[in-house]
Amino acid sequence: MQAKPTTLKVLDIVSLLLLAVAAYLALFYAPEEATMGQVQRVFYFHVATAWTGLLGFVAAGVAGILYLIRKEERWDIIEVAAVEISLVFFFITIVLGSIWARPVWNAWWTWDPRLTTAAITELVYIAYLMLRQGIEDPVKRARFGAIYTILGAISAPVTFFVIRLVRTIHPVIIGSGDPGAQGTFAMTAGMKVAFFFALFTFTVIFVDLFWNRILLGRLSARVEELKLSVLR
Amino acid sequence: MFFDEVPPDTSIYMVAGYVIFFVVTAIYVASLFIRASNLSRDLETLKEAEEEQAAPAVEVASPPRVAPKPRAARAKTSKARTAKTKQASRKTR
Repeated sequence: MQAKPTTLKVLDIVSLLLLAVAAYLALFYAPEEATMGQVQRVFYFHVATAWTGLLGFVAAGVAGILYLIRKEERWDIIEVAAVEISLVFFFITIVLGSIWARPVWNAWWTWDPRLTTAAITELVYIAYLMLRQGIEDPVKRARFGAIYTILGAISAPVTFFVIRLVRTIHPVIIGSGDPGAQGTFAMTAGMKVAFFFALFTFTVIFVDLFWNRILLGRLSARVEELKLSVLR
Repeated sequence: MFFDEVPPDTSIYMVAGYVIFFVVTAIYVASLFIRASNLSRDLETLKEAEEEQAAPAVEVASPPRVAPKPRAARAKTSKARTAKTKQASRKTR
């Protein structure tokens, strides 16, 4: 294994500690919600993973723009790293949302605008990784990836704003949403602490995983380069 | 009090949610670690292969090239060789 920078090692440990504290706050510190019961605690990690997921998709779009301007391989590596981590976080968001919906909406899934746009976003980026596999030329692959992530990044703000603009049953906790939404609740002070701490924690975890994944991408590029030179 | 509404027991969903979160995250972190260790191994193997490829090329180039003999000297040696073979054939007869 190649040596990790010391700062990254420290960030790994800090991320783990923050995650433990965030889990404690969400599971034990925050008060139980009166109408939904314990399942409401899923909300803290659901929103935090959604935030980091969408943040990564936007970051990938920005990396795509920078690749097209500068034509440097590192932007391609950063773009793939951002997409991969966001896919994992967004998958968790969708699963946690589905688990929350079962007792609250009495259904695992409905084709509500928010759920639909979230599912489309996830599928768009799964397709991105699959299509990349099919392109052998690294320059073509990077150019394709850049254009794809720039277009794909549009899905992030659409997913975020859809519950604020369209009729939906998905609750809006911060800001005003549809009055017909089911599962809305007012956050108490304890809930706010758990919520904002989870948002902060997941941002740190995202940075940590992102850095680790970028190093992996660089290593992979180096191996590919060496393979070509040995085969020549 | 007596008419206070008790929240429904939805703790099983909460547990399921957090278990899934930790399992998926652990799988992803493990996949990062496994991929990194596999790539490091590949890198070392490729470096060794590259060094091996470079090493014999140096050996071939190192021995000094012998200058070709002049034509007259080559003719002498070929004549001597044919005489030797003729003698050998006579002896066998």
